[in-house]
Amino acid sequence: MRVVVSIARKDGLSDPEGVTTAKALRQLGYAVGDVHFGRTIILNIDAADEATARATATEMCTALLANPVIEDFSVSVDREGATA
Amino acid sequence: MTVTIAVVVFPGTNCELDVVHALDALGADAELTWHGDTDLSGAAGVVLPGGFAHGDYLRVGAIARISPVMAEVERLAAEGRPVLGICNGFQVLCEAGLLPGALVANRDLRFICRPIHVRVESTASILTRAATVGDVLRLPLNSYEGNYTASGATLDDLAAGDRVLLRYCDPAGASTDDANVNGSTDAIAGVASAPGNVAGLMPHPERASEEILGSTDGVVLLESFIASLAVALAAP
Repeated sequence: MRVVVSIARKDGLSDPEGVTTAKALRQLGYAVGDVHFGRTIILNIDAADEATARATATEMCTALLANPVIEDFSVSVDREGATA
Repeated sequence: MTVTIAVVVFPGTNCELDVVHALDALGADAELTWHGDTDLSGAAGVVLPGGFAHGDYLRVGAIARISPVMAEVERLAAEGRPVLGICNGFQVLCEAGLLPGALVANRDLRFICRPIHVRVESTASILTRAATVGDVLRLPLNSYEGNYTASGATLDDLAAGDRVLLRYCDPAGASTDDANVNGSTDAIAGVASAPGNVAGLMPHPERASEEILGSTDGVVLLESFIASLAVALAAP
């Protein structure tokens, strides 16, 4: 099962790249609020069901993939990319 | 007296020989230890030197934290032995939870490689015991992720325990926004664990340990570490 982990800088922590990009988007005429950069990690997990895959990915985030001091994460199952 | 210091080499570490040279020159006995080693029982203390452990993949220090040697580093730290992280080594100690907080990208998103100044804020650690509060040290900084970040609660703990060891400052010792070169929270350049035997800093004391290097201001920090080894050895 294909699980997508999104990791972003915690709210309140400075994100100079996001601030600069937000300014650039406004310069182009787009109404946009805060912009935050993050990273995406795609995990192929052998699991019986989505809930198990999600739980395993969440555990991986806590154990290694995200640092709770500076990052928040979210986990979603990618049904389109799911293997049969 | 010479005591053996284990200087840990991860794949991608690149400051290990500088650290060994600087410690040996000050009369200590430092030896390289591969990150796969699982027995540091002969070591009186440990240094995690600078570099790019495991390529800094995922996050700085994140993979190094689970290198086999780290269980031993954690054991020695728990025994009260001196454990010092310099630059990337500081990042590893934070990821390992041996020091609080984290290091993120510099405020200006630029790699900083030049001498900077730090002020000694506390002498209650293996890194600063031989220094004096208020001392201004000129040390090379060489990092992209040098921006110290911690939660408000952690900062309160650090302050209450006198555990902020070094702060970025100008050459006269004054705190200014410009002098806080990487935008660290509260201009923090180095911190210690609650008992003070684990310490980390972003600048490189080993690169300021001989006249020919342009500064000897790092010597007091390295001598603090070496003196702490003797204390730890003498402890019951």
